[in-house]
Amino acid sequence: MSVVVERPAQVAPSRRRSTSRLGAGLVLALGVLAVVVFLSITLGARGVDLGTIWAAFTAYDPDSAAHTVIRELRVPRTILGLAVGASLGLGGAILQGATRNPLADPGIMGVNAGAAAFIVTGILVFGAMSLSTYVWLGFLGAGVATAVVYAVASIGREGATPVKLALAGAAISAALYSVTTGVVLSDLGALNELRFWQVGSLAGRYWGVVAQAVPFMAVAVLVALVCGRLLNGLALGEDLATALGQRVRLTRTVLFVTVAVLCGAATAACGPIVFIGLIVPHVARAICGPDYRWIMAYTAVLGPIVLLLADVLGRVVTSPGELQVGVVLGVAGAPAFIALVRLRNLAEL
Amino acid sequence: MTSSTSSTIDLPAPTDEPAVVVRDRRTRRRRAIGVTGALGGLTIVLFVLTMMIGETRLGPLEVVASVLGFSDSPSTDFVVRTLRLPTAVTAAAVGAALGISGLCFQKLLSNPLASPDFVGITSGASFFAITAIVLLGLSGFAVSVAALAGALLTASLIYLLAWRDGITGYRFVLIGIGVSQLFISLVGWVIVQAELFDAREAMTWLVGSAGRAGSTELPVLLGALAVLVPAVLLLSRPLGVLELGDDAARGLGVGVETARRLVLLVAVVLVALATAVAGPMAFVALIAGPIAVRLLRGTGSGLPAAALVGACVVLAADLVARQLLPVSLPTGVVTGAVGAPYLIWLLIHVNSEGRGG
Repeated sequence: MSVVVERPAQVAPSRRRSTSRLGAGLVLALGVLAVVVFLSITLGARGVDLGTIWAAFTAYDPDSAAHTVIRELRVPRTILGLAVGASLGLGGAILQGATRNPLADPGIMGVNAGAAAFIVTGILVFGAMSLSTYVWLGFLGAGVATAVVYAVASIGREGATPVKLALAGAAISAALYSVTTGVVLSDLGALNELRFWQVGSLAGRYWGVVAQAVPFMAVAVLVALVCGRLLNGLALGEDLATALGQRVRLTRTVLFVTVAVLCGAATAACGPIVFIGLIVPHVARAICGPDYRWIMAYTAVLGPIVLLLADVLGRVVTSPGELQVGVVLGVAGAPAFIALVRLRNLAEL
Repeated sequence: MTSSTSSTIDLPAPTDEPAVVVRDRRTRRRRAIGVTGALGGLTIVLFVLTMMIGETRLGPLEVVASVLGFSDSPSTDFVVRTLRLPTAVTAAAVGAALGISGLCFQKLLSNPLASPDFVGITSGASFFAITAIVLLGLSGFAVSVAALAGALLTASLIYLLAWRDGITGYRFVLIGIGVSQLFISLVGWVIVQAELFDAREAMTWLVGSAGRAGSTELPVLLGALAVLVPAVLLLSRPLGVLELGDDAARGLGVGVETARRLVLLVAVVLVALATAVAGPMAFVALIAGPIAVRLLRGTGSGLPAAALVGACVVLAADLVARQLLPVSLPTGVVTGAVGAPYLIWLLIHVNSEGRGG
């Protein structure tokens, strides 16, 4: 008993120190994010000098092609990148925290496949449609897939273990994928729409998409940032969290709805982008330890950094063409995932 | 064994035991033979049935006579031997290969959900085949070779990455899923690069079809089956021991890693060949094994039964895909549509028994 009493006195100074250090780190990360945003606006297939970019904001000339590229293409693309990076990162962090599973990732858990299947079926049933309808179908698909995968994986005594979740996700993805393929093969229009959506890209998303999807993501990101305390409670284990007065079932429901909105909106806007929700929370955890309030804050900053960097990289590497951000992250994320699996203490979170 | 008195009361007398065991073994063997025989019969029925239905309908006797070479009608011979027999043989052979391969994976990784579809081997094959179709403009046999190479390379890659003082099923499955995601994103990229016509071609390849096999691929698959099926039956003894766990297997004198490597190699070659011949056929490898094991109720190794179940599934799916649906679709669409609900049921069942990992 005396240990419990003594603890705050011992821990408090060191925690205050680390809090200020973590705060400074967060400011530094925000600085990096600003640099990445700058790169995302300045670099691209069309070389635009800095003076013209400045003029595009201060003295906009609708007839100038360069001004239009900046204001109508690169700015919405960057804003979308910010929102999607934060959303997918936080979605992954919540999934990992709520399931206490280090390998939970929206892509691996079938969220993307759910959104894709619903969107393609929508195209088949209702014909070609606007991206605003995509967003709603994406939500629905993402929500259904998350619920089914988690429900299936958590059956059984030991709950949702990493292997069960990954397999349930892979299996449900495969099931949904065969639905998607069946539709696509019988409808050439759907195929043409789907293949550009399915690769996962920020390209060609104009203000319309930003206006449709970003408000959802912004609200969900704010909710997610407040969820840190709830996740800290769940991290103690279900029994202890209940004993401390947390309503575990309600908490889980809130968290999963948030994940469905975060990932559904992001996926509907950009197509499936894998691994970012998996890797970024781990980087954040490596920096700031097990406190989810800090993990969420760092994830919200690091996610956009990674996503925009990958996007810029894809634009620069194969200029004047471009490599879609989904492909860049798929290729770069797989080694990181495999490294995580090979780490020894993986199953403990 | 807490006390000697309780054991004499609870257990049957020692002299009775051998008789019980012998009787039990006899019923188990009878059940295994009966189930396998029934599955064989069903396979033959479906095999003949797929060749009867089509533009021109034929009677069962006509088909059988023509296949065995007794028919004297050239038109029937043309329809049966030239048009329908290759597809039917492909369906049966691919199904058998996938069934055996799937069951080997499931036993090897001791997880009923670990099928080659999910652990990345099929997506590796898909990436290579799609690249050959879209970027290199190849078709036919060359695509099959690319798919074969892709499957073998991917399997070696996963094996190497999962190796750390041995292989655990856990690590193999997870790394396989990671590698699979990598290839899926690459496949998406290749399809975006393509012209719409090529993209459709590629998407069609991505759904397996029994009617795809050319005259070169089929003999290769059949030859491989003739060698590999006996091999895998010989290897199925160590497989049974592996299920008891590495320590037990080592204690019983099985070279764990050698046995595992051999079985894995055979399973990978089988799934690679099947994918090369017919494209990725969703869920067949996953569902054949558990169905066979369930029918046998744990008697026998299950491998012959799994092969027959696989063959039945693909034959039936091909029949449905080509004849019963309003538009003729590739076989893989049907196996996918049938496999998905079964898979979800299997997931629920397996997890509630606590065998899912």
